Amino acid sequence: MALPEVKQTVTQARLANLVMPDAGCTRAAREDALARVLEMGLPSRRDEYWKYTRPDTLIAPEAPHAAVFHSDEPLLFSDLDRLKIVFVDGVFSPEESDDLTLEGVSIDRIEDICCKDIHWAKELYGVLETRGQTPVQRPLAALNTAFAADGVAIHVTGKPSKPISLIYRHASDSSDAMLHHIVRVESGAEVTILENGPAAARFNKCIEIDIADGGTLHHVRAQGRDHERRAATHMFTRLGRESVYKSFTLTVNGVLTRNEQIVELTGDDAIAQVSGACVGDGDFHHDDTVFITHDAVNCESRQVFKKVLRNGATGVFQGKILVKQGAQKTDGYQISQSLLLDDDSQFLAKPELEIYADDVACSHGSTSGAIDETALFYLRSRGVPTKEATNMLTLAFLAEAVDEIEDAALVEAIVNRLEGWLSRRS
Amino acid sequence: MAALDQTQVKEGVDQETVDAVREVGTYKYGWDTDIEMEYAPKGVNPDIVRLISGKNEEPEWMTEWRLAAFERWTQIDEPNWAMVSYPKIDFQDQYYYARPKSMEEKPKSLDEVDPKLLATYEKLGIPLKEQMILAGVEGAEDMPAEGRKVAVDAVFDSVSVGTTFQDELMKHGVIFCSISEAIREHPELVKKYLGTVVPVSDNYYATLNSAVFSDGSFVYIPPGVRCPMELSTYFRINAENTGQFERTLIIADKGSYVSYLEGCTAPQRDTAQLHAAVVEIIIEEDAEVKYSTVQNWFPGDENGKGGIYNFVTKRADCRGDRSKVMWTQVETGSAVTWKYPSCILRGDDSQGEFYSIAITNNYQQADTGTKMIHLGKNTKSRIVSKGISAGKAQNTYRGLVSMHPKAKDSRNYTQCDSLLIGDKCGAHTVPYIEVKNNSSRVEHEATTSKVDEDQLFYCRQRGMDEEEAVALVVNGFCKDVLQALPMEFAMEAQQLVAISLEGSVG
Repeated sequence: MALPEVKQTVTQARLANLVMPDAGCTRAAREDALARVLEMGLPSRRDEYWKYTRPDTLIAPEAPHAAVFHSDEPLLFSDLDRLKIVFVDGVFSPEESDDLTLEGVSIDRIEDICCKDIHWAKELYGVLETRGQTPVQRPLAALNTAFAADGVAIHVTGKPSKPISLIYRHASDSSDAMLHHIVRVESGAEVTILENGPAAARFNKCIEIDIADGGTLHHVRAQGRDHERRAATHMFTRLGRESVYKSFTLTVNGVLTRNEQIVELTGDDAIAQVSGACVGDGDFHHDDTVFITHDAVNCESRQVFKKVLRNGATGVFQGKILVKQGAQKTDGYQISQSLLLDDDSQFLAKPELEIYADDVACSHGSTSGAIDETALFYLRSRGVPTKEATNMLTLAFLAEAVDEIEDAALVEAIVNRLEGWLSRRS
Repeated sequence: MAALDQTQVKEGVDQETVDAVREVGTYKYGWDTDIEMEYAPKGVNPDIVRLISGKNEEPEWMTEWRLAAFERWTQIDEPNWAMVSYPKIDFQDQYYYARPKSMEEKPKSLDEVDPKLLATYEKLGIPLKEQMILAGVEGAEDMPAEGRKVAVDAVFDSVSVGTTFQDELMKHGVIFCSISEAIREHPELVKKYLGTVVPVSDNYYATLNSAVFSDGSFVYIPPGVRCPMELSTYFRINAENTGQFERTLIIADKGSYVSYLEGCTAPQRDTAQLHAAVVEIIIEEDAEVKYSTVQNWFPGDENGKGGIYNFVTKRADCRGDRSKVMWTQVETGSAVTWKYPSCILRGDDSQGEFYSIAITNNYQQADTGTKMIHLGKNTKSRIVSKGISAGKAQNTYRGLVSMHPKAKDSRNYTQCDSLLIGDKCGAHTVPYIEVKNNSSRVEHEATTSKVDEDQLFYCRQRGMDEEEAVALVVNGFCKDVLQALPMEFAMEAQQLVAISLEGSVG
């Protein structure tokens, strides 16, 4: 079907401002991705998949200005021993980054994968993104594959002693960054990847993660801080037999965030967990869109999303569990809950199940409401002031999502941050 | 029922369930009535619209209304978002009006109606003679007729054959007649309410219906009246290549109550037939309407040949404070179902309920659910949906719960359960939840083969073993939906459904 004229115009206007990097061996993948963008067109409000989130500022030719937010508070995870990889406005910063050598893992910049002839990376770039385009189109991810100027290729062959930490620094009010990372976790290998920082005025990020049989990847990300920043992120993950993928995202503010997670369970007995906690205070829009495909036997997937919203914040959750024919013994679980602290905020959800196998246990739940008056009354009757009681209940609500993280140190770092945020803002 | 025999039935689904689903596949109403028919020429255009309007002896304003709808219809596209697929419908290759020749002169009473027509309804178990009771209910014959009266409006293809108990209803001020009669006899009511709940340009099928609807039922319950008997419409498609477009308008004035039943069947034919109905319900202050449907259109054969395409728009508008509506549907027929009986909860303290059992087998596809639009304060809604899918069928629940900023202290509870029998079918859930104020509570729960843990825990605490507890909880839950049906339908529905979920959980 031919693209509507409006879409064509918008797409062309965006493309006019972009230059494809001189990419060597990824050239073909980038050209293919550009062709996909042209075929699909960039998203519009009328697309079903963008029903609850306005994509206009994400696809505008110029990134809307976003002031850099100054805070004395150090970035999250700064107390942890980790291998730092720093990007400033979407450009790798060797000065601020650590030495990239670590046992059990090799890390290279995307632009080096051709000259160093890194086979796995050349073969993965754009592949999972392409797979993730059906049945739902994700034009912003294709745009990223075509035009991303930087990123890293992480090859995990063992069990590195510390987490790999991707840090995104926002320095210019008008930066428009696109990063594309690829990760391959080999059989039996295990790694933790951390991501945090506001990145840029507008940030488009794509990560493709391929986990081989028996591999494990933990991913913990914190987004937020800069109130005016915008972000659209995609994570495409493919899981082999008996592999494990656990991802958690903490989002605090940011005028617009759209996080898409596309997970494909292709090997038997694999486990995928995607969770998130979001705190929106003010004119913030936060969208979690998750698509989990079960295409193997006896796999388990879990989605746990919690959102606390106030002062006009909007929380969106679009989650889907697709169980393909033959994916028997699937255990799929999904919960999305919102806590609305006032009448100006809203929660919009579309939790979906699409099931073509009969021997499965799939369920989803979604709730929305205010703070439980009875619980509040209980705390107050024990002498806890209203503000503190509200904070305690809010934190308890969010904790159910934070608890999905396995590493206790990371849980503590995040809970501390949330506690601080709640006490300051209340 | 070869399709079901060949599929692997999951261990734990008991035989009774399998048999019941199999039974559903053998369509009992597939015969046709050999009767001389009069058709309008094939296709749809302004002339056909005028012709239908003329046949119904409608006033000018009604004809204009239809023509405006037709004009609009030519400008909009067929919806494609539902999880159903079927060959493109050629809207010009259908008859839009078919009536038995004998109905040319409208019979003055049921005694004048063609015996063949009466026999048709007799055979369907819907006797049209007054004082007779609705058959199909075992043991009903022994009950006193007085307590079991149901007034019936029987629609055969494009026309209403007759309406029973009109005189008795009139004594209470209740108007129950065909919509064509209402347009002639009560234009002020029709003019005031028609198209106010489902606007002419609402959606593709509703717009087409507005242009070409041929007949249907009209109900008006005056203020404070509790309708003395249940009202019912029985739709029968008989003619081939004919679309049925009926329109139902129900008005429950202040403080009134009515329970309305709808049944439908069609003969077994190789070609698919179109059925696009619109039902509008207006509920004023303190009034209550119960609308129950047992939809048993011909579902197509086991190879997916033939069957009815059922594209229906049903909506209730709870305009007054404390008004209440309850939709109950048992969907077992139709090749394709596209149906979302909805509630607009406009009045403060109004309530909407939706209970649904949808069973699909062979190549049937159902995309059904509801919309609960909360506008008034302290409004409540409840959705209970059970989808059962077998053979190569696809069964989708699609719903919307919307809490507007002004709908303070409102409440919604949604429960969708799906059961799959066999490994070639599909069950899907597509709910939309939009909450725009914080004093409302919305809860949505959907499961496939799972029961509420709290209820199980409670039962187990009381000393039941897991199996017993599961059986009790699930069984009780399914029966809840069946019990929401009025007596007259409960038996028929139970025969149709008779599906136990026992053993399928765990």
